[in-house]
Amino acid sequence: MAETNRPRKPPAGKPAPKPGKGPARAYDGPPDYRVVGRHGVYPETSHDEIARFNFLAQMNRHLSANLMPGVAEAFEARVRPAYERENGRPFADRHDVRRALTRDPVWQWWSLLRRATMETRQQAGRWVTLRQAEALNEKVRALTEDDARLVLDPAFRQPRSTEAIDHHCMPGSYHTEITPGDVTGPANYDAGIFATTGGMLGRFNDGGGVAVAEWVRRNLPDFKPKRILDIGCGLGHNVVPIAAAFPDAEIIAVDAGAPMLRYGLARAKSMGINNITFVQADVADLSRFGNESFDWIQSTMFLHETSYRTMPLIFAETNRLLRPGGIVLHVEQPQYTPEMPLFEQAMRDWDAFYNNEPFWTKLHEVDLDDWMARSGFARQTILHGGVAAIVDPEVFPEAARDTRQEDYGRKAAWHVIGAWKAA
Amino acid sequence: MTGKPDPLLLAGAKAKGKRPWFLDEPDIERVMNITLALMQEVSVLRERLDTVERLLERGGKVTKSAIEGFSPSREEAAERGAWTQEYIARVLRILQQDREAIASAGEASSEQVAEEFARPA
Repeated sequence: MAETNRPRKPPAGKPAPKPGKGPARAYDGPPDYRVVGRHGVYPETSHDEIARFNFLAQMNRHLSANLMPGVAEAFEARVRPAYERENGRPFADRHDVRRALTRDPVWQWWSLLRRATMETRQQAGRWVTLRQAEALNEKVRALTEDDARLVLDPAFRQPRSTEAIDHHCMPGSYHTEITPGDVTGPANYDAGIFATTGGMLGRFNDGGGVAVAEWVRRNLPDFKPKRILDIGCGLGHNVVPIAAAFPDAEIIAVDAGAPMLRYGLARAKSMGINNITFVQADVADLSRFGNESFDWIQSTMFLHETSYRTMPLIFAETNRLLRPGGIVLHVEQPQYTPEMPLFEQAMRDWDAFYNNEPFWTKLHEVDLDDWMARSGFARQTILHGGVAAIVDPEVFPEAARDTRQEDYGRKAAWHVIGAWKAA
Repeated sequence: MTGKPDPLLLAGAKAKGKRPWFLDEPDIERVMNITLALMQEVSVLRERLDTVERLLERGGKVTKSAIEGFSPSREEAAERGAWTQEYIARVLRILQQDREAIASAGEASSEQVAEEFARPA
């Protein structure tokens, strides 16, 4: 029978469902944006601005849960077979795979929507913060002026790794100041990351930092760091939970971007965290700090925003700065090992080529153990681990269960590579 | 010109770095970017309407400040979230069907089936 609009009788024995009684399907998506934690310098958000973030969180969720699996299906069903037919050989590397994928419509439409959603999220967040720029900048000024815990360098020149391209399509990246004392960049990052991650990082976007602090407490119960250095701290959302977990420690957080550091100090203070000093510096040259002056050096999702030129300098600096018995931990997405399927590598490279994270692809292809060893860390002191975002399960039940579809590079679960400084 | 930065202009600024395009025809992609922005604004309107309805149900005044101050309960937030999921699935239906078609690449077209049905027994 043809599909028609004629009303149908329910099958015998099964009463028609009553309209309006309970949801048609169980809801397992992001929470409402209003669950975000509002510290003292959080931008104000109107009803409609919140609704925009809600839509964008749902869009990202739809992209990863419903559209992206189609890319893997198209790859197996037609992209790989066509490539092997045309070339008479399997894919040689992940770039082969990616170039083949770029010709498939399912990849193209998923990609164009993913890029468009990121750009739309940036516009939404920038509007929120730029329309209230003066008030935000003033709040932060009042909280940070004459505070010795904010150490800016007016003569600072941005390294090429921050200046070359606006990371993850964030106009102005981490360092641009629209007006003197500007913090709209970090406020945008802070207010919008909920939408980018579909609410997977917790109320204060600190699920990564909370997980690192917890990892250290669990794996190194006797470790009592007195001085901790966080490199590439951004606005400090991952170092604040470390500072909270080790309240007796002195924390130094370093970044190239003055707006991030300003906002970071104001944000931390308003959250009752007073043991962090925010310092503007190039992490490739930390000569202002003395040899063996830190017990713990941390970077969280930062190495992929450096370069082959600066990475050995960073590793050498961390080695110099660590006290004997101290530890360095770098939290990153996993490396592309020979065991990782080329398809997964190509998908993980998406952010490198299509979301302005160019060094991502280069970082993930090297043997980091080798690089650390060449910078002076003894092989037997190098360690590996894994952390997944720790969030409030009451507010983020889905994130807490960690059952979400793999999102190739954006999932809130990371690898830890680190090393002990030989005692 | 006062020299004061225009937030609207700055909000939509391009990120530094050459933009990648994904389709052979960039104009289609431009239209899709505009469509996504409209999708977003329809979602915003719907959420606002939902807020108004819930305020009316609560028996209070529906004023701008009541709308701004509204906070959905967890259950209400789940209903609103579910609506947004349905909405996105409806608008992007064709992409769902593209995905389903991957597994049925050998499907016969209606023309082929018509010819098949016209063959004598």
